[in-house]
Amino acid sequence: MSLITITEVKKRFGDNEVLKGINLDVEPGEVIAIIGKSGSGKSTLLRCVNGLETINEGSIMVGGAQLLPDEIHLRELRLKVGMIFQQFNLFPHLTARRNVMLSPMVVKKTPKAEAEAIAKKMLDRVGLGHKFDAYPDQLSGGQQQRVAIARALAMDPIAMLFDEPTSALDPEMINEVLDVMVNLAKEGMTMIVVTHEMGFARKVANRVVFMDRGEIVEDAPTAEFFGKPRSERAQLFLSKILQH
Amino acid sequence: MMEFTTWDILRNLLLAARWTVLLSLAAFIGGGLVGLALLFMRVSKSRALQRLSFGYIELFQGTPLLMQLFLAFFGLALFGLDVPLWLAAGLALTLWTSAFLAEIWRGCVEAIAKGQWEAASSLAMSYLQQMRYVVLPQALRIAVPPTVGFSVQVVKGTAVTSIIGFVELSKASTMLTNATFEPFKVYALVALLYFVLCWPLSKTSQVLEKKLNVAHHHH
Repeated sequence: MSLITITEVKKRFGDNEVLKGINLDVEPGEVIAIIGKSGSGKSTLLRCVNGLETINEGSIMVGGAQLLPDEIHLRELRLKVGMIFQQFNLFPHLTARRNVMLSPMVVKKTPKAEAEAIAKKMLDRVGLGHKFDAYPDQLSGGQQQRVAIARALAMDPIAMLFDEPTSALDPEMINEVLDVMVNLAKEGMTMIVVTHEMGFARKVANRVVFMDRGEIVEDAPTAEFFGKPRSERAQLFLSKILQH
Repeated sequence: MMEFTTWDILRNLLLAARWTVLLSLAAFIGGGLVGLALLFMRVSKSRALQRLSFGYIELFQGTPLLMQLFLAFFGLALFGLDVPLWLAAGLALTLWTSAFLAEIWRGCVEAIAKGQWEAASSLAMSYLQQMRYVVLPQALRIAVPPTVGFSVQVVKGTAVTSIIGFVELSKASTMLTNATFEPFKVYALVALLYFVLCWPLSKTSQVLEKKLNVAHHHH
């Protein structure tokens, strides 16, 4: 059975239909790269999956939890999926450790000592064990994003959503974040990644989903997509971004 | 005729100032609690609660404190309620303070980036948990200076209660002036006492602002 099932999802902002009937199934352990121009609906789709945006039609299921607009169902679903934002969104008033510990303690009622052990383990996992007590504004962008990944991992999600995780980073910091994501993928984490990093998509993704104007235009295995995209729109998109 | 020494005047003013302090504290604490409730309503997801809170704030910000005081004192008496002076004064000031604090704090809460709410909710926190652990601690930091600044307004606002006859600092000064015929001396002392009450508050606000900024940046 699929881990994430997105069925006929439609989303409108006023008169503007930004998702026009999206269907997407994600199997456990799969890494999906969603690519496309800005405004194609890819970030909106990702945000719909964990309920940051409400959907107008269709349904979304994650690991047996259905996306419904009430808080109880939303929280149940969000316990299953972690989300990584373009702007990191770390809590600036808390240290790296506290950022990671907060949700396990508050949401799962994990005892403090245990939460601290989890935080240590997760920050080590993203290579930031030595930044345990640093505040976000003492960390570089790349480090902040890695703390954000550790924070999401601490909730033990079954899938992770990445919304352009490296778009706000200086070029020299992109790889440290991608490396962490590559390791996650190797460990079998199910991931949906909205990205402009074609190198990453090529190397790590099992499937590439190409979106344009609120539709999935192409959904193909990675090698196939980059080798020979079927649709004209995907060909045009690739020719534009891969010519350098 | 009885002679008043400066010390007599000052002593009587100090005794009356206790009521100014007590009334300010009651209004500030009561107003803070009601204001917090209003704030939660104002930023909640329920339209009805938002409107209720909005209406309350508009009403109390849009009418003079004096009218609110008259209504609390004389208005409730019309319904056969025998409202003691201190209760009417405390009630009116509490309601008035709560409206302003709620509005000040709403601004602080709304200054917190949307991404903070989104990150907290994507970590499966409930609305109240997001508020309690993520948004309010950050909002508090920016709320301190305007809140303490407003407490100065509350202290000075207590003077209005003299109109209904509540004997606090201002009422006492009028009474002492009538008895001593030394308005300049009396009012100068009163001004000094208000300043002594308010200046530490302003100073605290400045110190806290600096301290919280340091705690935030640690550099």
